[in-house]
Amino acid sequence: MSMDSFERYSRQIQLSEIGIKGQQKLAQAKVLIVGVGGLGCSVAQHLVASGVGIIGLLDHDLVDISNLNRQILFTESDVGKEKVEAAKEALVKMNDQVQIHTYHEQLSFEIALDLFPGYDIIIDGTDNFQTKYLINDACVITNKTWVYASIYKYQGQLSIFNYENGPTYRCLYPKINSGNISCGEIGVLGVLPAILGTMQASEAIKIILQIGQVLSGKLFIIDLLTWQEQQITFSKIESQVKVAKSSNKLENRNNGSFKACSEVYLDIREMMDRSIDPDKKVLHIPMAQLDKRHIEIPRDVPVHVYCQSGSRSRKAIEQLSEKYGFQNLKNVNGGIQSISI
Amino acid sequence: MEIKVKYFGSIAEETGKAEETISLQNGISEVQEFIAFIFKKYGLIDEGTVQVAVNQVIQTEGRIQYGDEVAFLPPYAGG
Repeated sequence: MSMDSFERYSRQIQLSEIGIKGQQKLAQAKVLIVGVGGLGCSVAQHLVASGVGIIGLLDHDLVDISNLNRQILFTESDVGKEKVEAAKEALVKMNDQVQIHTYHEQLSFEIALDLFPGYDIIIDGTDNFQTKYLINDACVITNKTWVYASIYKYQGQLSIFNYENGPTYRCLYPKINSGNISCGEIGVLGVLPAILGTMQASEAIKIILQIGQVLSGKLFIIDLLTWQEQQITFSKIESQVKVAKSSNKLENRNNGSFKACSEVYLDIREMMDRSIDPDKKVLHIPMAQLDKRHIEIPRDVPVHVYCQSGSRSRKAIEQLSEKYGFQNLKNVNGGIQSISI
Repeated sequence: MEIKVKYFGSIAEETGKAEETISLQNGISEVQEFIAFIFKKYGLIDEGTVQVAVNQVIQTEGRIQYGDEVAFLPPYAGG
């Protein structure tokens, strides 16, 4: 370790649990932050300041003026810029020894399975349930620990999932909530994500250093208005871990080109601008009507779900399987183009 | 029989309170029955996504008894 680094991190190197060895562990650690919003900004700045070696930032969004009350890496001149790039600029100024990798894209299952193996810990800074389940399942499949936090107005939740084969998000919340209530709709106290994000950074650092008690199998809840707080204990549920693992098969990755056969096809496009072979049994339910009309989908034969490109149909399958327990849905990976006519 | 109840997130808004003590009559003795009782009392819609903890442990089955603390914990999505 250089004298500069020693000096820079001296206040934490002084701690007997950390020392020079601990600082070296931090320098070798790779942490991916999914979602660079209120939580993500807060986590990122503390991990960068602490000297974590490689930080990945993933977010598909641009900086908006309404982000500035809580997303403290951004300034007024960043409005309109990619969040990941604006965050990187700020973070590099804080600590140029840290490598920052940016991914300006929305997390998909494919991206998760490609990116997660390259990192040690995944941090959840997302603002919707679908992505939280996606992170969970991809972490189970790639055997990564993830540091969860979520916020609601003045309240926050924190937990560590899939830590040393511990409980997962599905063990805590087996059933996916269909409604996402975002900060944009209901409001949020600006300091709330900063507090929870700082706690996430603290947990990530403890996991890297292997010190203290990690919040695995426990859900911490805090209400900043009332100071009410709780630590709830929960257990691993093997069947829920299986659900997470099976989402890999559900996605049916690298399936190759689809060879049409005798089963049922489900077209979820809004407009049917091009039909497949008229001999095939095709059911047309636009994506937006799936909740209302899922009962029309047969459960006893394989159903091949398709859209234009294969990505919305994948989401449709996730929703249908999650909410209504379908087990016979297969995604047509390349979309309608890949069905032989 | 008195049960201390805590409500979090949107549930606290729907019930209009963060906590209360409820005196149980009419033979409620199971956690499931108690959850149903609270949902009915406040007209809550159960999507099955709200978790319940009894004495700080996630628990949706088993018996409930005097002095227990029950917490209703909806998932949060914000970030």
